[in-house]
Amino acid sequence: MSDKPKGKLALYWAASCGGCDIAVLAIDEKILNVAEAFDIVFWPCAADGKVRDVEKMDDGSIDVCLFNGGIRTSEQEYMAQLLRRKSKVLVAFGSCASEGCIPGLANMNTRKEVFDTVYKEGSATVPENPQDVRPQPATKMPEGILHLPVFYDTLRTLDQTVEVDYYLPGCPPEAENIWKAITAIRGKGVRNLLCEAPEGPSRQKVPDTFSAVIGLNTTVCEECPRKRGEKKIKKFYRTWEIIPDEETCLLEQGLLCCGIATRAGCGALCPAVNSPCIGCYGANDGVADFGARMMSALASVIDSDDPDEIRRIIEEGIPDPVGSFYRFSLAASQLRRKKKMQIA
Amino acid sequence: MADKIGIYVCHCGSNIAGTIDVEEVARWAGKNIGDVVVSKDYKFLCSSLGQQMIEDDIRSEGLTGVVVGACSPHLHEKTFRNACKRAGLNPFLCQMTNLREHVSWVNSDKAAGTKKAKALIFAAAERVKRQKPLEPMEVEVNPATLVVGGGIAGLQATLELADAGYLVYLVEREPSIGGHMAQFDKTFPTLDCSACILTPKMSEVGQHENVTMFTYSELEEVSGSVGNFKVKIRKKARYVDYDKCTGCGICTEKCPRKVIDDVFEAGMGYRKAIYSPFPQAVPRIPVIDAENCTWFTRGKCRVCSKVCPTDAVDYDQKDEIVELNVGNIIMATGWKLFDCKRIPQYGFGRLANVYTNMEFERLCNAAGPTSGKIVMRDGKTEPKSVAIVHCVGSRDVNSNPYCSGVCCMAALKFGHLVLEKTKAEVYSFYIDMRTPMKDYEEFYQRLLEEGMHFVRGKVAEVTDAARKPDEKGKLIVQVEDTLLGKQRRIPVDMVILMGGLEPQADAKELGLKCGISCSMAGWYTERHPKLDPVATMTDGVFVAGVCQGPKDIPAAVAQGAAAAARVAGMIAKGTVTIEPIVASIDEEGCSGCRICNNLCPFNAIEYDEEKKVSRVITALCKGCGTCVAACPAGVITGAHFNNEQIFAEIDGILWDAKPQAEVEIASV
Ligand SMILES: Cc1cc2nc3c(=O)[nH]c(=O)nc-3n(C[C@H](O)[C@H](O)[C@H](O)COP(=O)(O)OP(=O)(O)OC[C@H]3O[C@@H](n4cnc5c(N)ncnc54)[C@H](O)[C@@H]3O)c2cc1C
Ligand code: SF4
Ligand code: SF4
Ligand code: SF4
Repeated sequence: MSDKPKGKLALYWAASCGGCDIAVLAIDEKILNVAEAFDIVFWPCAADGKVRDVEKMDDGSIDVCLFNGGIRTSEQEYMAQLLRRKSKVLVAFGSCASEGCIPGLANMNTRKEVFDTVYKEGSATVPENPQDVRPQPATKMPEGILHLPVFYDTLRTLDQTVEVDYYLPGCPPEAENIWKAITAIRGKGVRNLLCEAPEGPSRQKVPDTFSAVIGLNTTVCEECPRKRGEKKIKKFYRTWEIIPDEETCLLEQGLLCCGIATRAGCGALCPAVNSPCIGCYGANDGVADFGARMMSALASVIDSDDPDEIRRIIEEGIPDPVGSFYRFSLAASQLRRKKKMQIA
Repeated sequence: MADKIGIYVCHCGSNIAGTIDVEEVARWAGKNIGDVVVSKDYKFLCSSLGQQMIEDDIRSEGLTGVVVGACSPHLHEKTFRNACKRAGLNPFLCQMTNLREHVSWVNSDKAAGTKKAKALIFAAAERVKRQKPLEPMEVEVNPATLVVGGGIAGLQATLELADAGYLVYLVEREPSIGGHMAQFDKTFPTLDCSACILTPKMSEVGQHENVTMFTYSELEEVSGSVGNFKVKIRKKARYVDYDKCTGCGICTEKCPRKVIDDVFEAGMGYRKAIYSPFPQAVPRIPVIDAENCTWFTRGKCRVCSKVCPTDAVDYDQKDEIVELNVGNIIMATGWKLFDCKRIPQYGFGRLANVYTNMEFERLCNAAGPTSGKIVMRDGKTEPKSVAIVHCVGSRDVNSNPYCSGVCCMAALKFGHLVLEKTKAEVYSFYIDMRTPMKDYEEFYQRLLEEGMHFVRGKVAEVTDAARKPDEKGKLIVQVEDTLLGKQRRIPVDMVILMGGLEPQADAKELGLKCGISCSMAGWYTERHPKLDPVATMTDGVFVAGVCQGPKDIPAAVAQGAAAAARVAGMIAKGTVTIEPIVASIDEEGCSGCRICNNLCPFNAIEYDEEKKVSRVITALCKGCGTCVAACPAGVITGAHFNNEQIFAEIDGILWDAKPQAEVEIASV
């Protein structure tokens, strides 16, 4: 690596929990190799840096930007656009940037409902607010106007905001995958990464033939050592209801294991500890809507022909379909958000 | 390579052009849809000139895809695919969109129709750009055929095929083959004895070396597809060993339990608990009606077993499921009689001397309960006057809107029999006299001459409430005589209700099993009402006889023969071409989750334990798409229906929909 000229690397954190930044550090001592191969030109979480410094860089001067987090505010939107302009390769790093993840679940509500919860109904951060003060994008003060980023109604993924070259799935991505991605970027050049792109790297509307996702092109079951049979499900259980058998497929035991639909690459970590896959690696190639896929797959194996019984199996076993099937992907799904009530 | 799409919009005379501005659609498509190099409208695209035009364009413009906006693909997809093929374009690069059934015929607003047509054309064009050339596949045709229903239509089909040297499995629900025709005395218009012309055919079937009969059996399950169906047949327990029984009939004779025979005798006579429905039954092997047998209901008796010289009675017999492989299926399940009690004002079931037509068939049958003597319910009195009421449960919005087709002629037949066998006056109450087939009108003339009375009008009521002395003790038929223009009350001794033909109660369910559908009325739907009357939308499944719609015996026989000819043609050819629209699994991507393993209705998916992947057996796959939708990994692709094509089609349909504002700028 060292005989190559050093590349320029940027990392940014938008609407996410911060775990992705920590995950980068979880590659342990290899972070030193990263530092050896790249100049880290911008990483607000780890080193001081100013937006105006980035603004001053030449367009396309950053080789790779690892961008984690979804786009919830006008500031994040601005940063996404800025870093897109300045970077040759923009990687949606982790589930939030790729598909919205947990912050995206707020798309089940409107901004007003979110603000009501935080500023009116009382929360840990704003315990009391008798005047019902809410964040304002512009506040006139004697000294001038104060600005806050605008909080959008809908959380968008990075690629719903700017063009994205590659995706690194996971909540957060596994260290091993991060290291693979970085070495690949540095070695072969990202364009020849695990999957070959026939034409242009950015994700098509329907990712049918081409994947820009740095991961495997199959699902978690492939990596899961459990014994699988033909599936016929009479009852779904929630995780606290049963202690599953350690050898048999969890789904066959009635647990909502999303391993069937989730892109492989994690090594089936959750099923390995007797816990069902929750789907953080997102959909496989060619799947436009993770939740819809999960639902149609499960609907296909419910073992009953009686509509009432089927309704009962679903209602009793799956009380929270959005949380179960769209936990990571609501913002990236085909519906993207809950329908907003029309305001007359 | 850039796409070069040709768009063709058909006028279909005024069928489409009447409610769609086809010229505008073609002009617009040429301007607004990407990659379109030719866009034309044409009077009749399916004409040879229309097809020629498309072929010429393919050659001269080097078209890579063709969109035809015309009628239903059911009708002309083959036509246009073949045109493309002749011009060297893979037929699967031709996409039809239905502007007739889906737009012009269901809409009268020209502006709206034109708008919808544009959207459909846009969708088809976007789709065709993403379609892939496909090559049809050949599969071998199993030369054995399944015929369901042993009425005259099914028997004819069976014999045609068996005589041609092909194996036939004939499934009949009742203990004997023969169907309704076996119940009749005479057949119109020639008045030949029904049994005399039917029983030779029955015994021929029974003895034919190429026929295997499954009587007292039903079709349980069908899987597979044309050329290679797998069927399961339930042989209901007869409680008589088929191989040991010689058909001597001693058991029936000695059986102490008498039961009203609602099926063959139409409730007019009795049979025993162990019985064969009629003397000429084929096969002669009786069945035990366990619901009425004293041994089964009360645990006593066993007379039949004691008297049987070959020890053939077996009370422990169970239903048996037989699995067969066949290449084609002919459905010939016939009809059931309209329940005349549904028209209470006609008094059937309430007034003793009101009969249904099937009851009367048994009454005047020489082999029937009265040995053919026409007497009233008391069993001895000959009627002095008989009324025959037409259209009972036919041509009536309250029951069935259709004409049952055979009742007028059967009524004339009854009139003749009554006049021949008794001294009674006979009245026919008809709405219209329908005698269109060969020699039928002549038969009507004959009855006019024989002195049958005809009253034109729909009967309002049959009652025993006398108003005048001459009505006492009689049944009074109240009718508006539309020729005389007045209400009439005609007192008679006996009334025969000409109940209509209805689809079998299980027709729909049975149709679903082999993938064919029913009309609103419940008759099986043929592939084309005029040009393909015995084929269905499911390749390899044919229909014959009344199950396809009301008809007389000659027509049922003709259809039986026609269906057999179609099947024989397929067998003679040896192979069929099946559409290459099938699913395939990307084995690299398959994680072996096994979600799909249980789903395929055609059992076309197998699981490879070694490689831990699932696989589609192409020859069995019908391309239904069930597994495609279910595979959570998205690694099953349905050829010709992949995501890219379907999403492109949706995008095309929504070409003018405004995208929902992607970004809302907060208005705080
Ligand atoms: C009163 C009356 C008189 C008539 N007289 C004449 C006449 O004189 N001349 C004339 O040309 N036409 C006459 N017809 C019309 C004639 O009855 C029909 O044309 C004829 O019965 C048609 O034969 P088919 O084989 O289609 O049906 P059917 O005779 O109904 O035979 C169908 C057979 O299929 C069997 N079947 C049904 N369902 C199943 C199942 N699920 N599995 C297995 N087997 C099944 C039935 O048991 C039956 O044996 C008359 C009709 C009526 C109502
Ligand atoms: S437990 Fe989950 S991941 Fe493992 S085989 Fe079953 S469905 Fe697949
Ligand atoms: S598409 Fe799938 S489910 Fe349907 S027939 Fe083919 S293999 Fe079976
Ligand atoms: S559903 Fe898909 S991934 Fe699962 S076994 Fe079938 S083909 Fe393989």
